[in-house]
Amino acid sequence: MATVTQPRTGTGTDNRQLVEMSWDPITRIVGSLGIYTKIDFANKQVAECHSTSSIFRGYSVFMKGKDPRDAHFITSRICGICGDNHATCAVYAQNMAFGIKTPPMGEWIVNLGEAAEYMFDHNIFQDNLVGVDYCERMVKETNPKVWDKAQKTAAPNANIHKYRTIADIMTALNPFTGEFYREALVMSRLTREMFCLMEGRHVHPSTLYPGGVGTVPTQQLFTDYLVRLMKYIEFMKKVVPLHDDLFDFFYEALPGYEEVGRRRVLLGCWGAFNDPDVVDYQYRHMNEWGKAMYVTPGVIVDGKVVTHDLVDINLNIRILLGSSYYEDWEDKGKFVKVDPLGNPVDIRHPWNQTTTPKPQKRDFNGNYTWVMSPRWYDKRTGDYLALDTGGGPIARFWSTALAGLVDIGYIKATGTSVKIYLPKTASLPDVEFEWKIPKWSNAIERNRARTYFQAYAAAAALYFVERAMKEVHAGNTRTWADFKVPDDTYGCGFHEAVRGVLSHHVVIRDGKIANYHPYPPTPWNANPRDVYGTPGPYEDAVQNTPIFEENGPDDFKGVDIMRTVRSFDPCLPCGVHMYTGNGKLVEVRHTPMFGAHK
Amino acid sequence: MAETTAPYGRKTQKEPAVKEVHVLWSPDGLGCDGDTIAVTAATQPSIEDIIMGAIPGLPKVHLHNRVLDYSQGGDEYMKVWHAAAEGRLDAPFVLVIEGSIPNEDIKAEGYWAAMGNDPRTGEPITLNTWIDRLAPKAFAVVAAGTCAAYGGIHAMAGNPTGCMGLADYLGWDFRTQTGLPIVNVPGCPVQPDNMTETLLYLLYEAAGLAPMIPLDEQLRPTWLFGKTVHEGCDRAGYYEQADFAREYGSPKCLVKVGCWGPVVNCNVTKRGWMGGIGGCPNVGGICIACTMPGFPDKFMPFMDEPPGASISSLAIGAYGRVIRGLRAMTNDTVNKEPKWRHRGRDLTTGYHPSTYGNGSAATPARR
Repeated sequence: MATVTQPRTGTGTDNRQLVEMSWDPITRIVGSLGIYTKIDFANKQVAECHSTSSIFRGYSVFMKGKDPRDAHFITSRICGICGDNHATCAVYAQNMAFGIKTPPMGEWIVNLGEAAEYMFDHNIFQDNLVGVDYCERMVKETNPKVWDKAQKTAAPNANIHKYRTIADIMTALNPFTGEFYREALVMSRLTREMFCLMEGRHVHPSTLYPGGVGTVPTQQLFTDYLVRLMKYIEFMKKVVPLHDDLFDFFYEALPGYEEVGRRRVLLGCWGAFNDPDVVDYQYRHMNEWGKAMYVTPGVIVDGKVVTHDLVDINLNIRILLGSSYYEDWEDKGKFVKVDPLGNPVDIRHPWNQTTTPKPQKRDFNGNYTWVMSPRWYDKRTGDYLALDTGGGPIARFWSTALAGLVDIGYIKATGTSVKIYLPKTASLPDVEFEWKIPKWSNAIERNRARTYFQAYAAAAALYFVERAMKEVHAGNTRTWADFKVPDDTYGCGFHEAVRGVLSHHVVIRDGKIANYHPYPPTPWNANPRDVYGTPGPYEDAVQNTPIFEENGPDDFKGVDIMRTVRSFDPCLPCGVHMYTGNGKLVEVRHTPMFGAHK
Repeated sequence: MAETTAPYGRKTQKEPAVKEVHVLWSPDGLGCDGDTIAVTAATQPSIEDIIMGAIPGLPKVHLHNRVLDYSQGGDEYMKVWHAAAEGRLDAPFVLVIEGSIPNEDIKAEGYWAAMGNDPRTGEPITLNTWIDRLAPKAFAVVAAGTCAAYGGIHAMAGNPTGCMGLADYLGWDFRTQTGLPIVNVPGCPVQPDNMTETLLYLLYEAAGLAPMIPLDEQLRPTWLFGKTVHEGCDRAGYYEQADFAREYGSPKCLVKVGCWGPVVNCNVTKRGWMGGIGGCPNVGGICIACTMPGFPDKFMPFMDEPPGASISSLAIGAYGRVIRGLRAMTNDTVNKEPKWRHRGRDLTTGYHPSTYGNGSAATPARR
């Protein structure tokens, strides 16, 4: 089918028979992603991977000249599953640019809305989209031996979730006919109702504004939220053990499965849930209020913290080209030369970026995607790190655990783990879950963290409801603070979209938007080889992934590759394409095709 | 009426005119997949109600949507699209397009929006090509969401892609083989139940169980978009009394802080967002007119008072304030109980008993 030409980089091994396989578009993710691979079937390994995205919309182009107060309404439309994360992040950036401090009630309502978003989105993605890769039908088609074993393997937590064997769990995950699949879908509606109570509409909220929210805080509002939350908590008490059983089984049934989707621990988390007692949205205090967030921001390299400081995080973001359909802006002027603390701001920082699209033919030797390559500059080593978000939760947990700062009654970060306490619900007693730092950053652990983070979001929401109720009882029902838009200003917002790091960077001149660049998680994860030849995280994680599927090239489904890609929770309205052709043999001779071209 | 008097025990469910229908739903325009996601929130009907045959009279529905598909994507997923384009599909299909349609003619090469690859060239196939191939063969063509209907956010002034709505692309007088105009279900995103209900209607139509879908000039289902946001808004009473919110977070009418509800066709204030919960001005969110063909440009900046609202709110000012005052007085009165509800030996309700023995000398009731 598609002719992928010779690659520019690779593993340097020769003497391999490589088969081109592509999946374009990839299903069960949001957005247009294509993954193009070369697979070494003899050695059961992916040799090479390119990821590409098939749409361009041009937010950074058409937002120029618009009223900066409209930014959150517009940028919400970037994403159809976590648009509210964008709206929220835009509001944070507006608050900084306009010099606003939101009344506490406004912050609690946003936190409750965003917590519901995590509960909803991780739930539907995990159990209705990712789950299909682990369902009976899929496992039977790709790994009949695993299916046999699953039927004979008792589920260790069967007494809690009621599925007797691992095979029973897999059957329950079958799309539409599976009991748990449908239960999850119904639950995803309950959590979206919670969301709508706080932010009006899902997925593009109606009640968010710079300065706060339009939601009217009443006893009823929070009661309506709380009763739904408790139902969700009861659900999660079963879901966490269910997923533990399923994921642990894969390690057991397929020794070596930890290598699937594994990459170096290079994780970014930009923090979530502001603490109204601390946040004032002033850049000069960003380090303090960043560390007060109820999910701690941080950059984690090889399992160690590089920084938890949002100022540091902000200043070292670099947007590289190399394989994307855009013109460079190196020769254009800077919008922001120094930050409010006097630190120089790089030309490749989003504040100084100019987006000029240049549509062209897709060429895997040249430019092959609409996604740019965001990197984080590690000043200790001079490396441009291709950080990933691991789909969000694994990075959030890792950073929060190591920082050891969050301690709110229902959640405690210990320095090596995160403990989550869920109180008694209608039919189940209280429980504690503990997310422990895993040995690997791989497909299974990204997925496991997602389930645990659903519990985390629910526990955080319990705390937020209590704080909000306290404000209601005290009569503090102001939700919004008035403001004026300065003529010349700039700002940034940091947040966690459901699938990972999210930042918005705005520059305002003459009261209008002069430059606006949002950096959602998927550009971080789905990006192509940068100008230095460093592959993006999907490419990197898929390359060298071992293949456990029992099918050969003729009926290959690519389930291990898909599990890898989906573990990142791709959401391509923000940015990729995988590529399995129809099994065309690329090389049959001993050609040193990898590493030969640069 | 003979038709309606089916004998007891007969299978009252009529056989649909067609046994199976494919829904080919491409979220591959310039959009955000938000309309697909919205549909997973629907309950009236839900997506599983439609797919699993929980509603009588429907043909069997095969949904092909990238986000919800069982396959891993690529060729396996694209098979049905190629079959439909080549007229090889075994049953009629409804084509649903989500996202605005870019103008692919304004540049020399490359693509703005694509889905799958051309097996001959290996290059991406543009969404526009798919629309050209599929629309003439479809039973019905549906634009899901404002982007596909009218262009929406990605078609705002200054956009680099020249994108537009489906009717702008295919022509507003486009008709399918079966004589159906394009069906627009605007909303950014679509209100979940509005979308599934419209699909349900079209499936009934395909089954021969419903007449031609009633559409207005903007090709919207009339029963969903025939009224304005304001007409359904539970804050419209504040407007009538000229009692306007001056800041966000107020429970009053929002027209002076940016709400366009009085002139926007949408049922969200009646229906809520999902399960009757949420919405826009009814829950504190200004209506930014996201269902409208003029969205977003004609309504920006969103947070300013709409120009028309200042005139109409001025006009209602005098009347509204007087009425509010009078109603406050009446409200005060009706908040008090009638005076005969009391303890003591006197019955003051107006009833004059002759059988109570030594009781009271009843006094006439007073108000």
